Amino acid sequence: MNSPPFASELNLCLCHSCGLACDMTGHPHQCPRCNAPLHMRKANSLARTWAYMLAALVFYIPANVLPVMNTVMLGSGADSTIIGGVLEFWEHGAWDIALIIFIASIAVPGIKFVAITLLLVTAQRGSQWACRQRSKLYRFVELIGYWSMLDVIVVALVAALVKFQALGDIEPRAGILFFGLVVVCTMLSAMSFDPRLMWENRHSEEVMDEARSH
Amino acid sequence: MATTDRLIICEHCDSVYEKVVLAKRQKALCQRCGAVIQRYNGMTVQQRLALALTATVLWIFANFYPVMSISLQGLKNSATLWDSVLALSDGPITFMAMVAAIAMIIAPIIQLALLIWVLLFALTNRRSPGFAPCMRWLETLRPWSMLEVCLLGAMVAVFKLAGMLDVLPGIGLIALAVLSILLIKVAGRDVRDLWDTL
Repeated sequence: MNSPPFASELNLCLCHSCGLACDMTGHPHQCPRCNAPLHMRKANSLARTWAYMLAALVFYIPANVLPVMNTVMLGSGADSTIIGGVLEFWEHGAWDIALIIFIASIAVPGIKFVAITLLLVTAQRGSQWACRQRSKLYRFVELIGYWSMLDVIVVALVAALVKFQALGDIEPRAGILFFGLVVVCTMLSAMSFDPRLMWENRHSEEVMDEARSH
Repeated sequence: MATTDRLIICEHCDSVYEKVVLAKRQKALCQRCGAVIQRYNGMTVQQRLALALTATVLWIFANFYPVMSISLQGLKNSATLWDSVLALSDGPITFMAMVAAIAMIIAPIIQLALLIWVLLFALTNRRSPGFAPCMRWLETLRPWSMLEVCLLGAMVAVFKLAGMLDVLPGIGLIALAVLSILLIKVAGRDVRDLWDTL
């Protein structure tokens, strides 16, 4: 099977906004159809992705250490962290809810850190290893992107509902701010990464392969 | 320029293909990286517009009716989406209130407003005034509109509180559930098709 040509070989550029294949002769800066700026590759992709990811990693620590909410029930108050919330559900036998929160709040950001680091390091080394699988991994990271916002929304709703002064009161705490920042930063990080970087050294490789097969 | 209209570039690996005509439920995958490059979309402009208008009505229900209410020893309280945004706005975490407001309330309604604007003109096969910026905003807003997460969050909150007090899901929650499905259907990637058809 013939492999399809790369856009750069045909002097074309994809418009990220409207999906038009733009002819790059004359080096236009804007998409002729929707006027969005055109880039052959996302600008400073690697540096931006690293920066957002490291920022997220830093926020991840206070997000897990600091309490996300404070519950006062009948006079006695307690701070709870994200992990604490998961454990509480687990101990009460609600393992399914515990699992949902664990996946959304702890596993998803964790997976994103590992996956983005892997993508960055391999892209930086110009690695040819498992390009297809790495592309798939990137799409997966994009897909799971915002699901970690779950905890922020849960805390917001619960805090809005339980407002009975002395009888019972729930307030959000600083942890939720850092947690939200982790989610926003990992989303920006995934958006800044350019998956096409993985395929860059592929050109020569495939030409060689074809030459060999003739 | 005319010749590049039939081409399609995979955004994940930069491979170039010619567009194909897809049958129902078919999608085209990139041979090189396996990404979906084309998906069949059978909805007409009228159907989209109808769904967008329905979604707008549901957005109103989701925002003006309580998502859920609780009662504890005779005391009752209920919260709308906006109440939960306000709950985050106290103290040093105000920034999160803004993010939550965008994700749960503002982004979805702007998406719907832009969509209805664009589709109303599309009915008569015209591009609306400001078509390009509208379409670009639809593209930009998509990842920040998190209604489906909001729905799951509301359900988790129901379970979280059910242990301590009585919880009643409200009209807002049902509206939110239907709205999140409609929004995926109507404001998804295939909005881009309008660029080709208009």
